[in-house]
Amino acid sequence: MAAAESETDKFIKQVSGRNTRGLLRVIILCLIAGAAVASRLFSVIRFESIIHEFDPWFNFRATKYLVQNGFYSFWDWFDDRTWHPLGRVTGGTLYPGLMVTSGAIYHLLRFLTLPVDIRNICVLLAPGFSGLTALATYLLTSEMVTSPSAGLLAAAFMGITPGYISRSVAGSYDNEAIAIFLLVFTFFLWIKAVKNGSMFWGALTALFYGYMVSAWGGYVFITNLLPLHAFVLICMGRYSPRLYVSYTSWYALGTLASMQIPFVGFLPIRSSEHMSALGVFGLLQLVGGVEWIRTQIPSKQFQTLLRALVLFIFVVALGGLVLLTVSGVIAPWTGRFYSLWDTGYAKIHIPIIASVSEHQPTAWPAFFFDLSMMIWLFPAGVYMCFRKLTDEQVFIVIYAVLASYFAGVMVRLMLTLTPIVCVASAMAFSQILDTYLNAKTPKAEPAKENGDSKDAAKVAAAAVLPEGLRSTRQPLIGVYSYASKLTVMGASVVYLLLFVLHCTWVTSNAYSSPSVVLASRLPDGSQHIIDDYREAYYWLRQNTPDNAKIMSWWDYGYQIGGMADRPTLVDNNTWNNTHIATVGKAMSSREEVSYPIMRQHEVDYVLVVFGGLLGYSGDDINKFLWMVRIAEGIWPEEVKERNFFTPRGEYRVDEEATPTMKNSLMYKMSYYNYHSLFPAGQATDRVRNARLPAQGPELSTIEEAFTSENWIIRIYKVKEPDNFGRDHQSATSFDKGHKKKKAPKRKGPRVLRVE
Amino acid sequence: MAPKSRVPEKSSVSTSSAPKAKKAGSADAQQIVQDVWSKYVNKTPQRVKLLDSFMVFLIVVGVLQFVYCLIVGNFPFNAFLSGFSATVGQFVLTASLRIQTNPENKAEFESISHERAFADFVFGSLILHFFCINFIN
Repeated sequence: MAAAESETDKFIKQVSGRNTRGLLRVIILCLIAGAAVASRLFSVIRFESIIHEFDPWFNFRATKYLVQNGFYSFWDWFDDRTWHPLGRVTGGTLYPGLMVTSGAIYHLLRFLTLPVDIRNICVLLAPGFSGLTALATYLLTSEMVTSPSAGLLAAAFMGITPGYISRSVAGSYDNEAIAIFLLVFTFFLWIKAVKNGSMFWGALTALFYGYMVSAWGGYVFITNLLPLHAFVLICMGRYSPRLYVSYTSWYALGTLASMQIPFVGFLPIRSSEHMSALGVFGLLQLVGGVEWIRTQIPSKQFQTLLRALVLFIFVVALGGLVLLTVSGVIAPWTGRFYSLWDTGYAKIHIPIIASVSEHQPTAWPAFFFDLSMMIWLFPAGVYMCFRKLTDEQVFIVIYAVLASYFAGVMVRLMLTLTPIVCVASAMAFSQILDTYLNAKTPKAEPAKENGDSKDAAKVAAAAVLPEGLRSTRQPLIGVYSYASKLTVMGASVVYLLLFVLHCTWVTSNAYSSPSVVLASRLPDGSQHIIDDYREAYYWLRQNTPDNAKIMSWWDYGYQIGGMADRPTLVDNNTWNNTHIATVGKAMSSREEVSYPIMRQHEVDYVLVVFGGLLGYSGDDINKFLWMVRIAEGIWPEEVKERNFFTPRGEYRVDEEATPTMKNSLMYKMSYYNYHSLFPAGQATDRVRNARLPAQGPELSTIEEAFTSENWIIRIYKVKEPDNFGRDHQSATSFDKGHKKKKAPKRKGPRVLRVE
Repeated sequence: MAPKSRVPEKSSVSTSSAPKAKKAGSADAQQIVQDVWSKYVNKTPQRVKLLDSFMVFLIVVGVLQFVYCLIVGNFPFNAFLSGFSATVGQFVLTASLRIQTNPENKAEFESISHERAFADFVFGSLILHFFCINFIN
């Protein structure tokens, strides 16, 4: 019996050792993917299966349109319910990858007779793809190092790091949901292509690059990173036919693939962002041609001549490119791109970009918050790439440097940094593990891998220690003392556990709020759901005509379109700055100015978000200055930011607010009737901690139509022109005079609400 | 840009040899060109020559398209672009195939057999032409 057992033991060890390990690896990867999906479900469990935030509502609406009307009408979709009265060529101005993916999944599940609601597919798409991202990270890391633990660690890091979870919790149905997977996978394919010099992998890279282009505007990152990698390799004198094959097959196919997307169109040959890829393509042709000629010609003199020729052509081409840019054939860099180099650029020239919070520069704590311990493992991993600088490790270094810079410039780009941080820190961490775990256990897999480091250690030890020491006489150098092993391993395990704790905590506390539904804690600790947004949007849906135009600040455009299904003036697709400025002007001007604007744009209802009662700080009064700035950009004579500040330069809403502020439509709409909630003279704004004037603002051209439970959303109806042809101000004052100035607080809105 | 690299076989050699011609006379330059040519004719395998002729053809087609675009105008820009990128892409793929199957590069491409290289070539070309046809309008 025992003999048989030992026989089988031997058998397992010898024959299926690799298979067992492979199986284990698959199981571990599946578990990691499972953990990645599970940790993103907080929002579904806490709240419900709901689409989050702003942009996802548009994507959701577009997906519903795609599923209902089919692919072709989606492609040609002209949406007349947004940007009233302009409309939007939606099919040509979106990245369709996300919607098409979920549409395909929907139809596949239907085909398999699993009727799943499209909303659930949309909600769970991001977690599902995060599992795939973990797998892609494993593949990418495995290409970088031979240590098998690094890939698994990287996959685990990628699966739960908050930097990625922030954009991929269940319900955040945004482009990034699938784009990060595509980003990592494209990089994996690229590395594979460069390593093997294979057209097949190059073509696959191009295909996934095309998919990425269809999914996210961040594809420009790949478009510039791959050429940069190739360029650096050429400059390092590492040109090889493999590079030629992989790069040219990627570029030729990938550019064509990217041009299939209507929104991208001719950009790859017209805009400056894409020129580096084209330039490196040309350079590679040159270098390749010259290399080939060199093998044909024996003479040394020609070779120097040829090298000069390459340099000459390169400089001429660069000059030509600059000339074309200056003359306008090639579009210069876009504003968004400039703001990457000059962080102050957007604030001066394009306030609409600067007004988005995710375009702000990153605060330092955010790095630790999003990446935790990886932020200090990351440089170690990058350093290790320098030790054995192979082609693919050059890639890591370039990626790390570029992405760190970009992540520092824009909060949002933390997302592109996260994959490389996971890869690099997994490399560093696995090095620690390999060194301390396997020094004395040669049967474990990374023993062979340890060879280099051991040799290096041996050399170092020999240099430092005299010959006669016992430790140097031993054939194997490694960490033998159990104490040191235990200490280091214990510390590592503690760090890993802390990392998991941190990630879980951040995910559950910071990144799992749908922001459509707010949660608060009651004094007894139970959860209280604040559902004002949906309450108001549903009110709009039920109580207004199907084509009632809603004016609101652009942040809420997508939500109104998605939840209330009503036409809006402006939304989060900020393609027309003037139109947004018009809304900003209407909000920030006096009623007499705003009313004609609203009539001209056929506005029926105006929606404002007001957090004063609840202390909800993301409300319109806090965003108000951006409206003013954007309006000022178009009408500098009529709207002046200075007038909204007190002489002492303060932005106030209380008694001392400037007349311009007090007379602006936004201020009036926010605080209309607000004082009636409080005893006389006690009205306070809890966001800005301000005691409001005893006398509330008066409205004449619009009337309150709806106010949600916690006053977060207030909806006003724009009055029809007066029956007697009076202007609204005199009509209101006439009405008031009739009532013998009974009370300034009218109960009108309450009556309306009961209806 | 693409066409420049492979033609040089004759053109760029003769231009770059011009300074040298001053020292050694034009007969020497001619000699070198002839040597290179005869070496090419004799030493290159038949298959590679076939690929080369295809590449020269692609260059000619590409240049023709470009000249047409310059003279007549680029009105159906989609059509011009897809036609031109088809030639460029096909050229690049053929060049890759040539590099991979060239016995001189054996060391670089250990993992890729000639059959595999050809299969890759077909795969890449299929994708390329699918995109071109889709893009041509």
